[in-house]
Formats: sequence, C-alpha cells, structure tokens
Amino acid sequence: MKIKGSVHKFGDNINTDEIIPARYLNTIDPEVLSGHCMEDADPDFVKKVKKGDIIVAGANFGCGSSREHAPIAIKAAGISCVIAQSFARIFYRNAINIGLAILENGQLAGCIQTGDIIEIDLAAGRIYEPKNDKTYITQPFPEFMQRIVSAGGLMQYVKDSKGI
Amino acid sequence: MRQTITEKILARHYAKKRVKPGDFINAKVDLCLGNDITAPLAISEFEKAGMRSPWNRNRIALVPDHFTPNKDAMSARQCKILQVFSKAHGIRHYFEQGRVGVEHALLPESGLTGPGDLIIGADSHTCTYGALGAFSTGVGSTDLACVMATGRCWFKVPRSVKFIYKGRLPKWSGGKDVILFTIGKIGVDGANYEAMEFTGSVIRRLPMDDRFSICNMAIEAGAKNGIIAPDEITRAYIKQTMGRRYPLYAARWAYLYSDKDADYTDVHEWDMSAMEPQVACPHLPSNVKGVSELKKISIDQSVIGSCTNGRISDLRIAARILKGRRVNSRVRLIVIPATQKIYAQALDEGLLEVFTKAGAAVETPTCGPCLGGHAGILAEGESAIATTNRNFVGRMGSPKSFVYLSNPAVAAASAIKARIAHPAEII
Repeated sequence: MKIKGSVHKFGDNINTDEIIPARYLNTIDPEVLSGHCMEDADPDFVKKVKKGDIIVAGANFGCGSSREHAPIAIKAAGISCVIAQSFARIFYRNAINIGLAILENGQLAGCIQTGDIIEIDLAAGRIYEPKNDKTYITQPFPEFMQRIVSAGGLMQYVKDSKGI
Repeated sequence: MRQTITEKILARHYAKKRVKPGDFINAKVDLCLGNDITAPLAISEFEKAGMRSPWNRNRIALVPDHFTPNKDAMSARQCKILQVFSKAHGIRHYFEQGRVGVEHALLPESGLTGPGDLIIGADSHTCTYGALGAFSTGVGSTDLACVMATGRCWFKVPRSVKFIYKGRLPKWSGGKDVILFTIGKIGVDGANYEAMEFTGSVIRRLPMDDRFSICNMAIEAGAKNGIIAPDEITRAYIKQTMGRRYPLYAARWAYLYSDKDADYTDVHEWDMSAMEPQVACPHLPSNVKGVSELKKISIDQSVIGSCTNGRISDLRIAARILKGRRVNSRVRLIVIPATQKIYAQALDEGLLEVFTKAGAAVETPTCGPCLGGHAGILAEGESAIATTNRNFVGRMGSPKSFVYLSNPAVAAASAIKARIAHPAEII
C-alpha cells in the first residue's frame, strides 16, 4: 500500500490522554472521537488535519492508557499512517489490531517539519521525503503481525484462522 | 538457558516447557477483564464478528468503575452495554453499583487473580496483579474481544529487567515511593515492552497493598508486566481471598520463581534506606523529586484513592495523619476507598469518621478524578496532589491544570498544609 500525505509533527511521549482525553470516552463512536483527536497536545489539530495526512512523532508515542479509542480517533480523523521513533506497547498492538498503519523510524522526526509532504511504501517499509530527496528504511512488521494486518485486523484474522 | 518467572508462566500457558524472549505465542488466558470505557468497544467487536457466546462466562470480569456512578447519559449507556451483555451471557463476574470497586483493587480481593495466572485486561493498569506472582498485562478492546471469543491472546515474550531493592525503607516511604523512584531513574519508556521483576529485601518485607502499588505502575515505565515472585506474604493474602481454590494456587509455589542464572537485559540495584517520599511532578510520572524539594508548591486539591493507592492500608496511613486535624480551608481533600469492601472496613475502623471530621469529601468507589472522568475535576491553573498513577497534561481535568503524584501520607499532609508537605511536618 502506498501513502502520500502532509506531515503533522509531535514530540516525545505523546500519551493517550493527549490523543483522546478521557472526558470524551463516554462514547465509542469514531466520528465523535475524531472530533477531539490530539486535543490536549494541539487544540487546533482537528481543524488542520486533512484526509490522508501523516503523524510523525518522537519516542514512546501512545504511552499511557489502553484505550483503543486513541488509534480509533486518529484513524477516523483521516490520518493514514503514524511514524514514530518508538511506540508504547499497548498502542502498538491496538493500532495493528484495528488496522491503523504505523511505522517505527528514529531519524525522520529530526529531519522534517509540519507541512512537509512524505511518501510511504508500507509493504517495503520505505519512507521518501522529496524536499531533501531522502529515503528512510524502517523495520518491516514481524510476519505474525503482517498476517493480522493483511487479514484486516485481529478479529477477522481470528475468524479466518478458526474457521468461525 | 534458565528461565525467569515471567517466561515460566507464559510457557505453561502455551503448553511448552520453555519460551524465550521474542517468541510469538498464542497463550491461554485464565481471566480477562474490561471496564465501562473499554468493554463496550470489545462487546461491539465481539458482536460484529458474529460471535454467539463467550468462551467461558466464569472467566470474564466486567467492571463498570471509571465513570460510575454514571456521570452522564452517555456514560450510563456505556454501562448499560455491560449490564445487558452480562445478563444475556450469564457473565458471572459483573459488578453492579454498590458492589463494584476500582477493578485492580476489586479483582484481587475477590479472589479472582492469583499466583501463576495469565490475566489480560482492557485497562493499562492490569499489570497490578503481578504483585501476586501472576503474568498480567493491559491490552486494547479488540484484544479483549478476541479473548472473550477464544480464551487466547497473542503475546511477544518480553525480555526481563531485574530490580533489586536493598536496605530498609525509612518511615513514611512505601511501595508508591519505590515505584516512583524507579520510574524517575529509568524514564517513562525505560522498560518499554519488558517485564519488570521486583526483588530484594525491601520487597520481601512489603505488605501486599504496597506490592500492588509497585506493580500497578510498571506500565508507567512502558513495561508489559511487573512481577513479584510469591512468598509467605502472598500466601497469607490468597489464603484469605481464594477460599476453596487456595490449594490449587498453593501447588504452584514450586515453580513460581526465577532461576538463579536466568537471563536479564539489565539489573538495577539500589539501596533504599535513605529514600524520602517521592513526588512525580507535572507532566510525566518520571519527573520525580524528593518531597522536601517541593515544599513551596501550593495545592488546591488532594486525592487519596485509585487502583494505585485506594486500599485499606493507604486509608489507614492517611487517617493517622488527619486524625484530630483539619484539611486546610483552601483545599479540597477527596478520599475514595477503592472498593465497597475497603469502604466498609474503613467505616468499621473509624477511618471515614476521621476523614469526614477533618473536612474531607469521602466518595463511593470509582476511578473518577484519576482520569479526569468526574467527581473531582481541576479547573484551569489549579494544582492537585494525588495518590493516582498519571500526571499527563489534562489528566485530572483542564489541560492547563497540574498533577503531582505521591503516596497517601504525603497527600494527607499536603491537604493540611495547602502545599506539598512531608508527613513528618504534621506528626
């Protein structure tokens, strides 16, 4: 899958309370959740974000609570991929389980700015940044996770493999 | 290669003699749980996938504790989803208002979590049960749906890091201070994806309540699980909570330890004898300082409760400080016994009277203010000291408020002084 989009840059330790504050967790409606996406990190984020945009962040993205509402809000806000130096583990598995594309790369955040355009080849784990004509390579997902992603999420994977 | 306690538990739940860090396993789960925020999403996934009935109605715990008593109509609807699902499928461990408590205090005291168990919960603080020598970890709602359907969950076997705490904790320092100190040293991703194994003479002397506080906050260092090998203190605790199931758990003592030459990615060793109470400053749990460095910080609110520090010994220590004294007139002190049982015990012991006469508001068991849900929200510019577990931006209300994390003695002393205070300043 190939993605091209405009970057929104964030720092280290962006936590799930910033991604979707708990005060909005009285619903599981993705549309409602997306209206408050990243609100406590950048109150204007939802006004600026366009379909297909990409979040680029520092270390430990998604730390904190287990709320799956966080990757759901990001996905429903139109974000096509999150690239971070590293992810907190529950966010990482939640993103895979719901089919939000994520990539780990430690260099990208230091080299680009909000508004830059980048191109991603998800299958190859390759990120291209045209402004500086630079290519970044990321670690592909372990095979087991690729199977979940290509099944379209965990529940479908479970159904397929159990023949339910 | 010999194995850590975490690897041994995972191997047994995967019907293998051994597993090694990095292995992907689809392991059997003993208990799964969800709350009023995470379970509705899991139930929706479960139903969307066309699942007719759960894998085992006795091994699913549904605990409406976050926004309860229902804070608004939308929260009420979320809770109702749990109630309707529980009724339809005969879910045995569903807890209605008046019996419910903060999940990670409630399930251990109800005898639902024990040594050697593999437990997953759609709540990040599920790592609490590691204090009993269980492998337990937080996951998301889709993972919970998958376990509800199949009784299994996928894991990457974590590498283990060992923490050895030597010496003896000074007066007024407890489990909360041990874990805050540790997170301060290694950072909020210092143990990302890893198992934190807590050992040493300090741990061996700590009562269960303090051990729960330590394992509870392993997630605040990014860990997959925190774990303490069970000992006589654990044994006494589960003897009381497990009832008839006790012999099953007692039989597990033989293997629930890490082998002497087990492999660790890192070993940290600290002498804790001079550690004063620790406080995590805004806006990260790793921003930790000694309490005496913070005496100029004034506070508007103090919260004593949560899955970290809402247990009976936490309330006892707070009552010791508040007895015969008054909460400062500029401060709101909110005390939340974590479960109904703890509430009743605090009532019997006269603790609730101490709190009430001191001018504190005593609330029914709920997560409430800890996550900025309800029942104790901060306004712009306000500061709180709390015995809770996170102090991220906006965690307890306004994104322009400030949360300091501490043990219950410090939170009680600070409520009297209207600033961060060492308990020794009071008694």
